[in-house]
Order: sequence, then structure tokens, then C-alpha cells
Amino acid sequence: MPTETVDITKFKSKIAPDWCPGCGDFGVLFSLQKACATLGLDPKDVMVVSGIGCSSNLPGFFGSYGMHTLHGRSVAVAQGARLGNPDLTTIITGGDGDGYGIGIGHFIHAMRRNINVTYIVMNNQIYGLTTGQCSPTTAINTQTKSTPEGSIENPLNPMQLALVSGATFIGRAFSGAADRMTEVMTEAIKHKGFSLVDVFSPCVTYNKVNTYPWFRERVYDLQAEGHNTGSWDAAMAAAKQPDNRIATGVFFKTSMPTYEELEPAYKFGSPSKQKLGLDKESSAALVASFK
Amino acid sequence: MSSSTNSLSPRKVSVRVGGAAGDGIASVAETLAKACSRQGLYVYAYNSYQSVIRGGHINMQIRIGAKRVWSQGDQCDFLVALNQDTIIRHAGEVTPGGGIIYNKEKIKLDAATLPKGVSDFGIPSSTIATKFGKSPIMQNTVALGALSFVMNFPFEAVKDVIVSTFKKKGDAVVDANVGAAQAGFDFAKENFKKVEHTWNTSDKKRMFLTGNQAIALGAVAGGCKFYSAYPMTPASGILHWLAPRGAKYGIVVKQCEDEIAAMNMAVGAGHVGARSMTGTSGGGFALMSEAVGLSAMIEAPVVVVNCQRGGPSTGLPTKQEQGDLFQALGASQGDFPKIILAPATVEDAFYSTAEALNLSEIYQCPVILLSDLLLSEHYETIDDLDFTKVKIERGEMVSEGHNGNGNYKRYLSTPSGISPRALPGMAGMMYTAASDEHDEDGVVISDVFTDPAKRIVMMDKRMRKMDTALKNLPDPKLEGPADADLTFITWGSTYSVVRDAIHRLEKEGAKVNHLNIKYLWPFKADAVAKILKSAKKTLMVEANFTGQMEKLIRQETGLSIDHHLRKYDGEPFGPEMVVVRAKALLAGKKEPAMAGR
Repeated sequence: MPTETVDITKFKSKIAPDWCPGCGDFGVLFSLQKACATLGLDPKDVMVVSGIGCSSNLPGFFGSYGMHTLHGRSVAVAQGARLGNPDLTTIITGGDGDGYGIGIGHFIHAMRRNINVTYIVMNNQIYGLTTGQCSPTTAINTQTKSTPEGSIENPLNPMQLALVSGATFIGRAFSGAADRMTEVMTEAIKHKGFSLVDVFSPCVTYNKVNTYPWFRERVYDLQAEGHNTGSWDAAMAAAKQPDNRIATGVFFKTSMPTYEELEPAYKFGSPSKQKLGLDKESSAALVASFK
Repeated sequence: MSSSTNSLSPRKVSVRVGGAAGDGIASVAETLAKACSRQGLYVYAYNSYQSVIRGGHINMQIRIGAKRVWSQGDQCDFLVALNQDTIIRHAGEVTPGGGIIYNKEKIKLDAATLPKGVSDFGIPSSTIATKFGKSPIMQNTVALGALSFVMNFPFEAVKDVIVSTFKKKGDAVVDANVGAAQAGFDFAKENFKKVEHTWNTSDKKRMFLTGNQAIALGAVAGGCKFYSAYPMTPASGILHWLAPRGAKYGIVVKQCEDEIAAMNMAVGAGHVGARSMTGTSGGGFALMSEAVGLSAMIEAPVVVVNCQRGGPSTGLPTKQEQGDLFQALGASQGDFPKIILAPATVEDAFYSTAEALNLSEIYQCPVILLSDLLLSEHYETIDDLDFTKVKIERGEMVSEGHNGNGNYKRYLSTPSGISPRALPGMAGMMYTAASDEHDEDGVVISDVFTDPAKRIVMMDKRMRKMDTALKNLPDPKLEGPADADLTFITWGSTYSVVRDAIHRLEKEGAKVNHLNIKYLWPFKADAVAKILKSAKKTLMVEANFTGQMEKLIRQETGLSIDHHLRKYDGEPFGPEMVVVRAKALLAGKKEPAMAGR
């Protein structure tokens, strides 16, 4: 893969990221820039939409059109933007609290709709911006500010959730393995339909459990082990994390018609670019239809 | 039995069709109403129903006149009873000169209990109907035919609507229904005496539609390209009308998982340049609230229709109320620009929706269209809507040809507060629209260094749009003589019933006028104050408990309204109660006790 020669400068914004030094999100930003550059996208045709949280600051650091919306609503806003102008490559970025907590309803419905967007979740298993409470992916028994005796809830498994919700591309990456993360993101953006990339993006400030070394001991690449990406069952099994090993790479992909392909209103082109107003004939016909 | 002097009010005739949900009331009522609209007559029809699919009590009141009908009225000249319950509830309300049509094989009516001059039009509907089909609904068609005879209403007109309604189901269905109606007509002709009423029919066919259909039509005419909604009474009519027509007019119609998604999607679509709208009722609007602020903060155009119903909470899901004014005013945290308008009539709903779409793009802010159940769901005959009056105004935009040099300021602070908009996809204009406070470039200023000076610039810029809008929006106008003894004040659908009442008061020699307030925010305080200061007596008519508009007027003008008529029982105002209250006020009498405070 010719990643070395790709120029990512056009996907850089003038704003320097304000994440904590060592935050996994730096790597995600870099890989996303590289993935977009690799795909030869024009920044003006890319729309990056986020919610609220440390990772949701990403659009401001990314050189394209962006939206930094409400906590938990990035997936909803992004679907509207995508449906309003399907000519834009729509990428959603955010954290596990934003997407798997407050925003989980939109996440599930977007997957079953198979809207052609790419959702990159920077999963640090903690609420960082609000200074360290447990998140939906915090492991059971983990001590956080809001669970001082250890969390007594089971964590959510986003990969399995995505599988049962109908996502047509499901991948996972580790921010400490940049090249592979770029590859998974590139494939996700290229995929037609809803793509999820769950990224282990360690929070160096508030999550002292799921650290870079912790992940390095456990992650492995499914593609290095001959995983069948067409098999839903194999993906489900890999998502179970057997033997305390954590799978990364592409879990599952399938080809299904996208929402946009099935929506008949697009025969007139992008809703954002249509000529507005009715001609005399259509108006007269509408008036007559009520008589 | 029928009296020998059956005659009705020469002006307006009211038909009430009552039954349980599932009895097929709508088919009888709509066929009649549509037939009238095609005969040059005006109709105002209101369906009083409950949140059940089967059972309960429903009655649809159809008021018919040769001139514009402004409300469902108070009286019932003809009652079509589809069940026993309807007889129990309404038989005593039928006006002398009229009568009651019912299936005498199923429903009992003690003619002795009827008011004098009310006719018993019992029909063996079951026996007649079985000749034409198994469906019990066919009995309603028999009743409709009989109604046509006793009302002295041209049968051909009814037949014409039946034919066009069932055309797509094939000739057999058309023939069966026409046959049943004809048989009902023939039975009535042989057995009953028709009323002496001359219908001023003409060949002028008029539009017959609901407020929700007018809103949907206004959206189509106004260039709406994205409509998102979660089903909720009484707003679903908009979704139902748009859904099958989206493909034809290039509108993406999206049913969402909840109202939060509906609103946030609409914001996303509006942001990228697709004219967008979402519709709901009060409960759904509450869920949308946070994104109302998002729209204002990122300056994404969006129209939110709130068809109000009885609250609080799930409240009265199928009943009338105007209780969401404060919710609309207060939706979402912080101070931000928003425009709220309340259409008063079916026509107004059409033009206002198109206008709302313009306003949302001109001022780049959320526009809330406050409808109410009565306006949204009642059917009305209106003169043709004039589509040429709808002009698309997209507000200040950066043109595609203007190739940006990378220094584009999306949130440029301008004297009007309006910053020329670039749509995503344009070269050289890239920016991030942030819900955090940001600077003119769109760069977030909240996280690292909250710059108080920049914050002030941005707040002032956004709020300046309200000053600009206030200047540009039209002033409310006083209808009627300036030196009236009583000034009515209304908003939303109460405009119409008051207009109906005023017509009656004027006939009795009263001198009254009427201020309807359509632009609720920004509030035209100076214009309203000027009118109120010159009014002798003022009477606010609104359908809520606390007098929300009355309070808003006081807040914005410092002026108090003298009297009010409020209603929160779920049923719309009738003209009679407005007339009674007005007359008492005009006579200087102590106000009579009424429903509402």
C-alpha cells in the first residue's frame, strides 16, 4: 500500500489538536487524514460530523467541511447531512460515551438503514472530557470516579451490536497500530453502506487500565489469521474476545443496497442542489387534486 | 314523525355524523363534505375523536354554507347516528327542522323524546345494504343516500364523489356503493319528507383540505427537500401527505427512530443546503428542544412544525389546545435567535409554511411553526391557493463562482447579523460548524481559551438577526372598525371562531374588531401596544389554562388584556360561547361562568 507517498497536508486544518499528550486520538486523526488522502478525496467534498467529547473535537482539526454537533447526536445530524447532500463523503467521529451511551439509539437505526456513512468511534472506555466517569464500554469491576467500588455493569460489545444491527462493514483498530488503522479506515470509507470502525484509542489521563501496553499484549489482526470477513458467525465469534485476546481488523463486510440507492427522491439529484419551487403545471395539478 | 314545516336556517346547515372508531364515520362525512365543496358550497368539518383505533365516541361535525364557513358551529341540523351511543349523546341537540338518520334495525330511537320539529329518519339500513355487499360500512353509504334526500341535496353530487373515491377499486365496488346510496335515497324519498332548503350550488369546485395538508402543500411549494418526523398526533397528517409524494417532488421524507433524530437530521440536511422541515406535537417538540438550540448556534436553517394538542405530558392526544407557546419560546438553553409564527387558517398554513422555509434560510435560524390540532386536522373548503404568491428566498449565500481564498468567515459579524452562507461542497470555503461557542471562522473558543470579547461579538451577531427580523416582519393588522367597543385578540386557529362570532355580533349591531397575532417571536411589541392602547375593551380568546399569549403580550408591552376567554377541555371553541361572552362584556354585565377561566 503506497501510504508513504500520500500527502495529507490538504486534510490538515489550521487548528492544532488540544488533546492530552499521548492521547490515542492523535493517531486516529492522522490515520483518517491519510485514509482520505489515500482515497484521493477532495477536502471540500468531505463532511466530518462529530458529537461532544474529547474525540468529538476532531472535525476542527481536520481540513474539510465539518460539524461539531450535540452530545450523542452526531449520527443523527450526519444522516441528515448525508441525505441532504449525498454527494458528500460523510464521516462521523466521536467517542464511546457519545456513540454507545447517549447516542446509541441513532447508532443502531443508522446501521439498520445502511446509510452510506463511516462511523469512527474512538473508544477509550471512559468519559474523558467530564474527567473520568465510567462509560458503556468500561469493563466490569473497573474503578472510575462514578464507580469508586468498581463498575457493576456489564460493558457493551459494540462489534456484536453492530453485527446484529445490520452494519455492512464492521472493523476495529488500535490507535497504537497506525498503519493497520489507516488501512481499515480506508476500506471503511470506500465501503458502500454503513461502516463502523471501533478504535481503541487510549485515554492516558483517566483510564489507567486500558493502556497502550495493555492493548499491545492482547490485540491481534484478524486478517493475519485468515478470518473470513463474509462470515457473520465468524465475526460474532471473534467479537466475543475468546482467550482474552482482542481482535482488530475487518470483522465483517457485506454488500447490500444503501438507503440512498433505495430512496426514489434522488432521481432529481442531491436535495441540496435541486431547483426550488414548482412550475405552473405542477401547481395547478396540486390545486386540482384537492377538488 | 316529520313536521309539516321542515325548514332550516337559510345560511348554514350542520350535519353531525357520530359513531365509534372503526364505524366508518370519515367515509360518510368526507363524501358529503367533498360533494358540497364540488357544488360551490363551503364546508368546515371538525372531527372530535379519541386515541383509539376501535370504539370510543367520534363525531364529525360538518357545517355547510354558501359563503365561507369559519367554524364547526354549535348546532346540529342533521344527525347521522352510526351507533346507539350517538343517539344518547346527540339526539337531544338536533335543531328543530332537522332530523336523525339511523339504522332502525340496530339502533333504537324513542321518537317521543325528540325535540319538537325533529324528524325520525329511521332506515332499515342492514336489509338495504346486504343487497350491495357484506361490509357493515355499506350501511353508512345507505345513510348517506338517505341524507342526500332529506337535506334536499343533489344526489348526483354525492354519486360523483363516490365514483371518484372508489374508481381505483374497480367498477364492481363503484357500482355497489352507488347502488347502496341510491337505495338509501329511494327509501327516504318513499318514506320521508325532505326539508325545504335551497342550496346555493354552483359549478365552482373548490379546494377541500386540512390544515396539515396545507402545511405539506406549503412545504412542497416552498421548496422543502427534506422532511423528517416521528409519528405523533396531530402532526402525522403532514407525514402521511408527503410520504407518497416525496419521490414526485424530490423530497426525502424520513420517518425517524424518535423526534430527537428527526430534529437533528433536519438540522443536518438544512446545514448542507437542503430546505428542511420536521413536524411533531408538544411531546415530540420537547425531545427536539436541544437541537433547536443547535440549529441556532451553528446557524443551520430548519423549520419545526409543532401541531399542539392537549397537554401536559401525553395529555389529550387527540384534542385541541394552544398550550405550547411558552414551550416554543423557551425551547433549548440559552439565548438565541428563533422565529415563531402561528398560522390562523388553512390558507395561512399553506403560505406560512412556505414563508417559514424562507425565513429559516434568510435568518439562518430555527423557525417554529405553531399549529394546533383544530387547525391541523379540520377540513375546510377554501378558494384556490395561489402558488404564484410563493417566492423562494434563500437569503444571503456565497455564490459557487466566488472561489474562496481560504479566508471565508462563515460567521462573519455583519450589521444585520446575517453571515453569507457557503454550502458544504463549495471550494475554498471550508469550515466546521460548532455547537460550542466559536469565532467568526467557526473555530471553537470554548475549550482552550474562552475569549470574552469574541463571545460578545458572536452573541451580539446572532441576536442582531432578531432585530433585523423584527424590522422586516410585517406588523399585525387590526380587522374591523378602529373605534370598536370591544377588541378581540387571538392567535392560531382561534382566529376563525372569533371571526365567526364577530360576523354574528355585527349582524346584531355590535361594533367589534379583531387583532390576530401571527408573528409570535420576535414580538411586534410596538405595533401590538399601539393597537391595545387605542382599544376600549379587550378580550383575549385562547385555548389554554394560563393565558400564555396574554402573558406574552404583558411581558412584551407592559399592557394587560382586560378580559379573557380560555378553554382547556379539549374541544374547540364554538362561536356561541364567544358571542355570549362578548355580549356580556359589551353590556357591561358580570361575566357569565363558562368552561375555562
